[in-house]
Amino acid sequence: MSGFRLETGGRIDRSQSVQFHFDGKTYHGFAGDSLASALLANGVMLFGRSFKYHRPRGLVAAGSEEPNALISVDRGPGRFTPNLRATGVEIHDGLKAFSQNRWPSLAMDFGAINDRLGMFFPAGFYNKTFMWPRSFWDRVYEPAIRKMAGLGDAPTAEDPDVYASTYAHCDLLIIGAGPAGIDAALGAMDTNKRIVLIDEQDELGGGALADPALWPWLERSVKALANAANVTILTRTTAFGYYHDNFIGAVQRLTDQSPEITDTPREKLWRIRAGEVVLAQGAIERPLVFDGNDTPGVMLSSAAKVYANRYGVAVGKAPALMASHDSGWHDVFALAKAGISISAIIDVRDSVDSALMREADRLGIPVYLNHGVVGVRGRHGVSSIDICNYGDQRVHRVDADALLMAGGWTPSVHLWSHSKGSLKWRDDLGAYVPDVPNENVQCVGACAGDWDFGTGAVIDMLPTPKDQSRIKAFVDFQNDVTAKDIKLAVREGFRSIEHIKRYTTNGMATDQGKTSNLNGLQIASSALHKPVPEIGLTSFRPPYTPQTFGALAGHAKGALFQPTRTTNIDSWAQAHGAVFELVAQWRRARYFPKSGEDMHAAVNRECVAVRSSVGIFDASTLGKIEVVGPDAAEFLNRMYTNPWKALEPGRCRYGLLLKEDGFITDDGVSARLAPDRFHLTTTTGGAARVLNMMEDYLQTEWPDLDVWLTSTTEQYAVIALQGPNARKVLEPLVEGIDLSAEAFPHMAIREGTICGIKTRLFRVSFTGELGFEINVPTAYGRAIWEQLMAQGTQYDITPYGTEAMHVLRAEKGFIIVGQDTDGTITPFDAGLDWAVGKKKPDFVGKRSMTRPDIVAPGRKQLVGLLTDDPNVVLEEGAQIVADPKQAIPMTMIGHVTSSYWSETLGRSIAMALVAGGHDMTGDTLFIPMPGKTHTAKVSGVVFYDSEGARLHV
Amino acid sequence: MILIHCPYCDEKRPEIEFANAGQAHIARPLDPSGQSDAEWETYLFIRANPRGRHHERWRHVHGCGRFFNAVRDTVTDKFETTYKAGEPRR
Repeated sequence: MSGFRLETGGRIDRSQSVQFHFDGKTYHGFAGDSLASALLANGVMLFGRSFKYHRPRGLVAAGSEEPNALISVDRGPGRFTPNLRATGVEIHDGLKAFSQNRWPSLAMDFGAINDRLGMFFPAGFYNKTFMWPRSFWDRVYEPAIRKMAGLGDAPTAEDPDVYASTYAHCDLLIIGAGPAGIDAALGAMDTNKRIVLIDEQDELGGGALADPALWPWLERSVKALANAANVTILTRTTAFGYYHDNFIGAVQRLTDQSPEITDTPREKLWRIRAGEVVLAQGAIERPLVFDGNDTPGVMLSSAAKVYANRYGVAVGKAPALMASHDSGWHDVFALAKAGISISAIIDVRDSVDSALMREADRLGIPVYLNHGVVGVRGRHGVSSIDICNYGDQRVHRVDADALLMAGGWTPSVHLWSHSKGSLKWRDDLGAYVPDVPNENVQCVGACAGDWDFGTGAVIDMLPTPKDQSRIKAFVDFQNDVTAKDIKLAVREGFRSIEHIKRYTTNGMATDQGKTSNLNGLQIASSALHKPVPEIGLTSFRPPYTPQTFGALAGHAKGALFQPTRTTNIDSWAQAHGAVFELVAQWRRARYFPKSGEDMHAAVNRECVAVRSSVGIFDASTLGKIEVVGPDAAEFLNRMYTNPWKALEPGRCRYGLLLKEDGFITDDGVSARLAPDRFHLTTTTGGAARVLNMMEDYLQTEWPDLDVWLTSTTEQYAVIALQGPNARKVLEPLVEGIDLSAEAFPHMAIREGTICGIKTRLFRVSFTGELGFEINVPTAYGRAIWEQLMAQGTQYDITPYGTEAMHVLRAEKGFIIVGQDTDGTITPFDAGLDWAVGKKKPDFVGKRSMTRPDIVAPGRKQLVGLLTDDPNVVLEEGAQIVADPKQAIPMTMIGHVTSSYWSETLGRSIAMALVAGGHDMTGDTLFIPMPGKTHTAKVSGVVFYDSEGARLHV
Repeated sequence: MILIHCPYCDEKRPEIEFANAGQAHIARPLDPSGQSDAEWETYLFIRANPRGRHHERWRHVHGCGRFFNAVRDTVTDKFETTYKAGEPRR
């Protein structure tokens, strides 16, 4: 009825007892046991409930292909891992494991009602059944299905573990350390190659671990490899993905098996670049498809051998074998040798190798050739089986407490397929094997179809005299897909295996069909009357087995998810209570609230301070490019819309940058320092893009120009000092520069010192007030800022953030590229045609100014909007219509791009892109919003000091 | 992760050091103002989308910073060759 521990045998350490828990019950195993072998030794056959029908399920396999025995492990708060295969979990003292997808308990699961209703759950059931009424999907069907059909629970607390990652390079990477992989490593060991040998299990050996005759060889080999300086051995490491140019991703599990280790990362991600790869992944035994093949106690015969020989566990007292392949015979002979009584060998073939018959006879095992299992009795375990004589169709019962399946072998070509190596079909194996490599890689051993397991018959499913509609013969155990589902898909017209897969979900579970793909293909092939190669094979994709998000994310989480760029002045803002926002990757002060102030109050105060006295602003994030060389002016003349050649040294110019399609991509004020030297500024977010664009033209279109471009964004801290008292604050601190309006006009640059530090001092303004932008070497940013703050105390100098900066610039109608433009806006659309040098023969984007679409009427143009109710601040992004009474969906003629409360003007202001907007001045437009449609009049975009008098004081 | 040979550094480096810069061998007309609307449209927007051999530009942006040309197979994602900007089409 159930498994038990054999008196002797196995690689477990019987001197070391281990106490662990499963579903709250305490069990004992030995060091070296997997959770699966230890539970099996304790007589546990029931490991979980199936995905859809909630059928009781037991172990099918002993390795990572296990489809049924998915369990959760709880290692404490935040350390809950669902969907682990019990076959791959090493037991340790105190291990807490739980079964999944059952309620209230594993043995009594309410969801099993689905099994009785199975006739209502055919392939495509979700798509067919829950389509009506449509509104029920989100509220009723999906939540109910998610509750019933499911895997383990997602962890709820943050993962406190640390995950490492590393890069490795080697000449030879061997994946899989069974006999083939170990042979490959031994063969290359004496070269000077750097070798990495990786295996997913806790010890090397693969299939040899279940073959005691190979253990002496294994011990010698492992010792030799461990002593070789050029060989790195990684156990408990899964190569999960094979990427371009021999780049392999692997996860090494470091501490789950040894919870006493607390000072190292839990897992480590290896990114390995290999000169040559040897894949020795082995092969996976194929289940047979017959009614009741998912009953707990029905498992792969090779798995029974692993449990007996590696773990010293018998799967039953009297297991029977159902075979279509010789390998199963060898497996049960091994079980007999380990002291397990075999109740019967059943084989679909009508003749087998006479040596097998003799050995069965010698061991006294009854043999039934040309027979097949047509039924399994027992629900939570096997009690007996019904077998059918295919000669006379008679069915009779055989007593057995476990049933082993030997359906042949499927080479593990997963990583080979990731690497885009091609496959060829081998009729004799009934399997795809590697054909032409796409990388420097070779497959060896069983994953190349090279094995000594004997031969077998290739069948789709076991014949049965039973009514096909009344049987449940499973193909994909994890996704509960039956042979019937696949046949139904074919009847409904699906022809491609890719479509059949998605319709039935065969092979789409977390095991990616390791045990089901080939059986599914054979069944589809029979139903379609086409050979398998004509139906194809679904693609394998990484990961080979599920991996943790933690391992893949590594350190890239929380504050380390992406770099945060900070200015030299950032620490001052932090200390003075700034509220920050991220702009591109920069952290910028948004506003500086005083106690009791909300954002609105703080921004109003900051704006008024700039207009009435003086404000100070950290503009260090502005992109900066130093343009140097004899052709610098010629280069800028070709890049920007404006003329640059006549700009005198010491003067600045607003530069507008288009893409070749004529649309605005960036802007900024730039200064000519010398005939061959310019200091460019770009938008904060556009710095890298602009430099890339300029390098592109310089390197590939105009390589004859002698110009050098250098990013200087991070070389300078920039402090904007803005307001009528700006000059008074600055004057006492500056040497070598005459700050008077006559000597230093608006849009000029001077070099001198501030507080003894060299500065490039711009007289520019993004606020409309008298303004300076003080560029100093980055390291002096905060020191100069603090000197200015001290000097400005008498004028109540006020630090302001990006929010006030936005309001101040909007009051002046200055655009923000990317906010008031969207990549389809020309200089004319934006009202910036004054910045276009019409006499210039060429510049980037000039030819596009006359493209048909750009001269056509009805383009969206930038306008101001003044709401009829001055207290209404429109929402940025709100859509604009000409007639609010039109039928829905309305024709939207534009949208609000910028909208603020202007404390200076005592009303709201907005900018908008509106089709034909330049000709609508004074017109009323409508902005429908939830609850109310607002009205606004079209205006110019300059709301304050339109003559610019305040700039030139 | 693909390895890409930078013809300036003369080294194969991981693809994360590089940025794709679109189809290669599309020269900016020497006299854009002399271009008809149709010619200019072709220059701006019309690009090849081949199945197989594709000439494209890459920039070793996190390396030497140079733009160069490459022949890449769009099916296999393999680089056939890379060469310096200005060299003839291969």
